[in-house]
Amino acid sequence: MKPLGSLVQKLRSKNAGPFWLTIDIFCGSPEAYETVVELLDTAAVATALGAKSQDLKRFDIPSLNVIKISLPRPTIQGAADDRDMHGASWAALLAELPV
Amino acid sequence: MVRVLIPSGALGLNYDKVALQRGIDAKPDIIAIDGGSTDSGPSYLGRGVSKYARSSTKLEWAGLMAARAQADCPLVIGTSGTCGSDSAVDWMLDITREIAHEQGIPIKIAVLRSQQDNATMVEAYGAGQITPLAGAPEITGETLSSCSNIVALAGAEQIAEALATDADVIIAGRTTDTAIIAALPLIEGLHAGAAWHGAKIGECGALCATNPQSGVVMMEFDAEGFTVTPLADGAHATPHTVSAHMLYENSDPFILYEPGGHLDVTAAQYEALDDTSVRVTGSKWVPSDRYTVKLEGARPAGFQTVLMALLRDARYVENAGTWAADIAEKCSAKACDRLGLAPEDFRIELRLIGHSASFGALEPRPGTPTEIGVIGIVTAATDALSQEIGKLLNPYLLHHPLTSQEEQPTFAFLFSPAEMPRGQVYEFALNHVLTLEDPMQAFSLEVIET
Repeated sequence: MKPLGSLVQKLRSKNAGPFWLTIDIFCGSPEAYETVVELLDTAAVATALGAKSQDLKRFDIPSLNVIKISLPRPTIQGAADDRDMHGASWAALLAELPV
Repeated sequence: MVRVLIPSGALGLNYDKVALQRGIDAKPDIIAIDGGSTDSGPSYLGRGVSKYARSSTKLEWAGLMAARAQADCPLVIGTSGTCGSDSAVDWMLDITREIAHEQGIPIKIAVLRSQQDNATMVEAYGAGQITPLAGAPEITGETLSSCSNIVALAGAEQIAEALATDADVIIAGRTTDTAIIAALPLIEGLHAGAAWHGAKIGECGALCATNPQSGVVMMEFDAEGFTVTPLADGAHATPHTVSAHMLYENSDPFILYEPGGHLDVTAAQYEALDDTSVRVTGSKWVPSDRYTVKLEGARPAGFQTVLMALLRDARYVENAGTWAADIAEKCSAKACDRLGLAPEDFRIELRLIGHSASFGALEPRPGTPTEIGVIGIVTAATDALSQEIGKLLNPYLLHHPLTSQEEQPTFAFLFSPAEMPRGQVYEFALNHVLTLEDPMQAFSLEVIET
């Protein structure tokens, strides 16, 4: 098991409007993409993000060697219990996820 | 062919002047720039104010107004003043008039307003014309009444109405990021899929290219597709940078919903024309059977006071979670007792910065750092009450011991006074669409000559 971040070029996360978060996993090469597509378990991703599997949208995009994960924001952007106005840190949870 | 010159991803982020001049020399048909977003949170819409400094906005806008005069084409800004409320539009209009006067160039300004009347929205909700999108919060008519500002996102149809006035400058309230770019190619009857796809690729300026901070891009639209060309030195668009931009701030990388339909780029083809420009074809526009516009609303969510302390003593750093939970419990009980409050009348939260502040209970690596910043957040119904509870919290952050038997500790404070009032805070209350009989029904247009 290795952290996902060590297998890919870059992960980034951002708001997709005030009600959704989106995380882009840039694998960097077709080889890395193939490896990660196989290893990355959607249920484990959901657990790491504190979300339900059925609420996640996952897009495997071979033309870009990218895997994109979108999820409803667990807290509405900027609400009293929100901790990350821009959704900037969520990528770290996946970068550190052992796969 | 329609050429849309985009100086930057947003007014206030600056642009490359040399690249802008290159764009002017290439004779654009329109200059389009975005003025805002929800990305910085609900406070801007809640208060109806801009995120960016007036000084930056004025300087950059003056440069674009001069460029417009030189290019002799319209200049349009979408989502004026970050949030697009009427007050933000008025702010932008005031800046524009000031610049027109200083430049000595009389101009015709079209003002497109997007703000919605609360009572009208309550009626529309009662009539079933306001419907939720995925992930929408529960609302009632009272939610709509309580918003300090509600705006509807204009699409290409409303921008087209503004362009039809032959205005030199169009100051728009809230629009979709793409509408100001797609409008002219659509008016000219060019490829609708390309118009919307190119608008999405260009809406963040040169973010779709290498050297993303350089800002300026030219989008050329025709009957089959579009071409994107970044104009700054050292900026190159490649099929990868362009296609990857569909991922940005978008929950679905292939579908983009807009007023009047949606864009589908599943079959889009990206081709490098040289080492700078990329041509895109195969994008598809799918019209919808009813015309809807998205609504945004923010409402007051109480007043906040924050305090900050630092834990450096290793034992306290190690047991910070226990310490913080104990303070929240004891201080909440004291606030109820001293102020005659119920627990639901206020909220005290301690976030441990450097420990678990980003994710709370979801943090997989809490660990034991060298020091921890502790931010105490008090939220209550009035400013006075949040400050009063902040003063109850202060002694705990200064002296609260882990156990009753130990010597009283003291923790580091950064500021005097320790309590920092944040004033009124806001929350987004709507993720809904409004159905319209006619695209202009929720918008108004005014023409002003300076």
